[in-house]
Amino acid sequence: MPEKTMRDAINEALHQAMEQDESVFVIGEDVAGCNGSAGDVGSVGGVFGVTTGIYNRWPDRCVDTPISESAIVGAAAGAALVGMRPVAEIMFADFIGVCMDQIVNQMAKFRYMFGGKSRCPAVIRFSAGGGFSAAGQHSQAMYQVMTSFPGIKVVVPSNAYDAKGLLLSAIQDDDPVLFFEPKVLYQETAEVPDEMYTIPFGQANFVREGDDVTVVAFGQMVPKAAAAIDALAAEGVSCDLIDPRTTSPLDENAILESVQATGRLVVVDEAPPRCGLTADIAGLAADRAFSSLKAPIKQVCAPHSPTPFSPELEAAYLPDADKITAAIKATLA
Amino acid sequence: MSIPKETLLHAYRTMKTIREFEERVNAEIMNGQIPGFTHLYTGQEANAVGVCAHLDESDTIISTHRGHGHCIAKGADVSGMMKELFGSSEGLCKGKGGSMHVADIDKGILGANGIVAGGPPISVGSALAAKIRKNGKVAVSFSGDGSVNQGTCFEAMNMAVVLQVPAVFVIENNYYSEHTHIDYAVGCDDLKARTEAFGFPVFVADGADFFAVHEAAGKAIAHAREGNGPAGVFAEQGRYHGHFVGDPQAYRGEGELENLRENHDPLKVFREHMAASGDLTEAELDAIDAEVMAEIEQSVMDAKAAARPTPEQVTADVYIQYGATA
Repeated sequence: MPEKTMRDAINEALHQAMEQDESVFVIGEDVAGCNGSAGDVGSVGGVFGVTTGIYNRWPDRCVDTPISESAIVGAAAGAALVGMRPVAEIMFADFIGVCMDQIVNQMAKFRYMFGGKSRCPAVIRFSAGGGFSAAGQHSQAMYQVMTSFPGIKVVVPSNAYDAKGLLLSAIQDDDPVLFFEPKVLYQETAEVPDEMYTIPFGQANFVREGDDVTVVAFGQMVPKAAAAIDALAAEGVSCDLIDPRTTSPLDENAILESVQATGRLVVVDEAPPRCGLTADIAGLAADRAFSSLKAPIKQVCAPHSPTPFSPELEAAYLPDADKITAAIKATLA
Repeated sequence: MSIPKETLLHAYRTMKTIREFEERVNAEIMNGQIPGFTHLYTGQEANAVGVCAHLDESDTIISTHRGHGHCIAKGADVSGMMKELFGSSEGLCKGKGGSMHVADIDKGILGANGIVAGGPPISVGSALAAKIRKNGKVAVSFSGDGSVNQGTCFEAMNMAVVLQVPAVFVIENNYYSEHTHIDYAVGCDDLKARTEAFGFPVFVADGADFFAVHEAAGKAIAHAREGNGPAGVFAEQGRYHGHFVGDPQAYRGEGELENLRENHDPLKVFREHMAASGDLTEAELDAIDAEVMAEIEQSVMDAKAAARPTPEQVTADVYIQYGATA
C-alpha cells in the first residue's frame, strides 16, 4: 500500500469527493491562491498546500475568499442549507475566535431550531494545535472547546490513513462537521489506499492493545502516547491506546470497556486542562466505571497557559512521551 | 410600473396578515399566552411584501430577530407560525425555535435569526450556491440599521462583491438599533453611500409605500438575477412597537408614534394608492380585511388547542445521525 503524508491523504480525499459529487466545493482563504495578482491562480492551494490542484481541475468549485472568516463559515452554512456540500478551510483553528457565531449559533443550531426540517452538510477544516513555534494565536487545539456544542460533529485525525477516511465521511455526512488537522502531522506518513474509503464517526481506534493501563489520546498526542507505550513494553507494561478519532460523537463504550478491563486510566491531550477533554473522559470513567478503577485517573495536558513561542518553552508546555510515561507509571505505583 | 391585480390583492392581503398577526401576538403576549422574547414588525409591512413579491419559492430569504413579516411575506404557513410562537409541538419548528427562529427551508426561508447580522453571511452562501449551479436564483438577506454596523454584514457585502454572487441586501432602517438612534450608531451621514461603497448599487424606497419598495426591490433583484453581482435596497420606515414586546420606548420623541401610525401606515398608504388609481375597490380591500381577521383568530384558536411538546422531544433533531451505529 502506498505511503502518503497526511497532507496528501487529505488532498486526495478532497479531489475524490469533488470528482464524485458536483455539490462538493472548496472555499477559503488562498485555497486557490494568487487571485488578482501577477502569479498563477491556483498555485497556492492553501497555506499548508492541502487544497493543491483543486482549482486547476474545478475552477468554479474552488472559491478564494477575502480574509473574512465569519463570511467563509456563513457562506458554507448557507450553501449547505440549500443542498451543496461545501468544504471550507479556516487557516488556523485559533481563528474560530472571529467566526464563532457562525459555527455555534448558526450552523450548529439550524436543524434543531428549525424543528428538524433542515440539513447543513458543511465541513469546516482547520489546521490545529501546537508544535510549530507559532505562539499564542496560531497553536491552539480548539477541538476541545467545540466539542461542547451540540449540533456539530468534531473530528481529530491522528494519522494520514484516518484523515482520509474521516474526511470522506465528513463530506458525506448530512450534519455540520468540524475537522481539525493537527498541523505537526501534515508531513507524517502512513499507508493510505488510493481508493475512496470512509471511517465511521463515533468509532474509536485501538492503536495499541494491552492489559495494564488504558491510555486515551487525541490528535498529535496519539503518536506520542504510542511511543511512550512501546518503550514501556520493555518494562513489561502493556496498555490499550485508544484514539477516539471523533470527540463528538465520542465512543464512550470503547473507553469504558477498556477501563473496566484494565482498571487504570491515563488521558492525554495537548489543550489546557479546564473544561477539556482529559477532564471530560476522566469524568466519564469516574461516573460510569468507578468500581473498576484500581488507581487515581491521570490527566496529561498542557498547563493553564497560552501556548508560548520559544521552542524550549513550547516543548515544556506540550505533553510529550516522558510525561505520558510518568503518568502511566503513576497509575501502576 | 403596472402591477397585475392579482399581485395587488396578494400584496394587500399579505401586509394585512402581517399586521393582524403582529397585533394579535402582542395581545397574546400581554395575556401571558406566548412565552419568550418577541420583536414585532408592525409598521414595516411594505418592506417585506414589496421585496418578496419578486421572489419565488426557490429563491431564499434570511431574516432577523424581527422576522415574522419576512416569513409571512415569503409564504410561511401562518397557522404553523402562530403555533410555533405558542410553543406547540405542532408549530412550524416543533416548538424548538419560537419567534426568533421561524424557518421553512422548503419555502426558501432560511430562518429568522436571533443574532443581529447573523444572516448576511449565510445568504451569501445561498447566493454562491445559485452562482455555482447557474440556476438564476437570488438570495435576499434582511438587515436593520443596527445590523449594518456588525462586521459580519461588512464581510458579507464585500464577499458578495468579490465573488459576484446574486445576493440582495435589504436594509430596513427603522431608526433604532434596540434603544439607540441611527444618528448615534451609524457614524457616517449617508448609510446608502456607505453601503454602495462596497461596490454594488443600492435602490432607495419609502418603506411605508409598497409601490416604492416594490419598484426599488424589483431593480435590485433583477440586477442580481441577471448575473450582475449583488445589489441593495434601502428602505426607511419606523416600527410601531418597541424593540421587544414590553419595551417602554423611552427613546421615542413627542408625537413620534402617533405620526408614524397616522402618516406612515403602509396599509393606509396602499389604500390611498388604490383610491387614486381605482385598481382595487374599497369593498375588495374590506373583504380581505375581514378574511384576514378571521384567519388570524382561527390561527390563535388552533394554537391554543395544539399539542404540547413532551420531554422526550428535548433531544430530537439535534443531529440527523449521530455515532457509528445511529
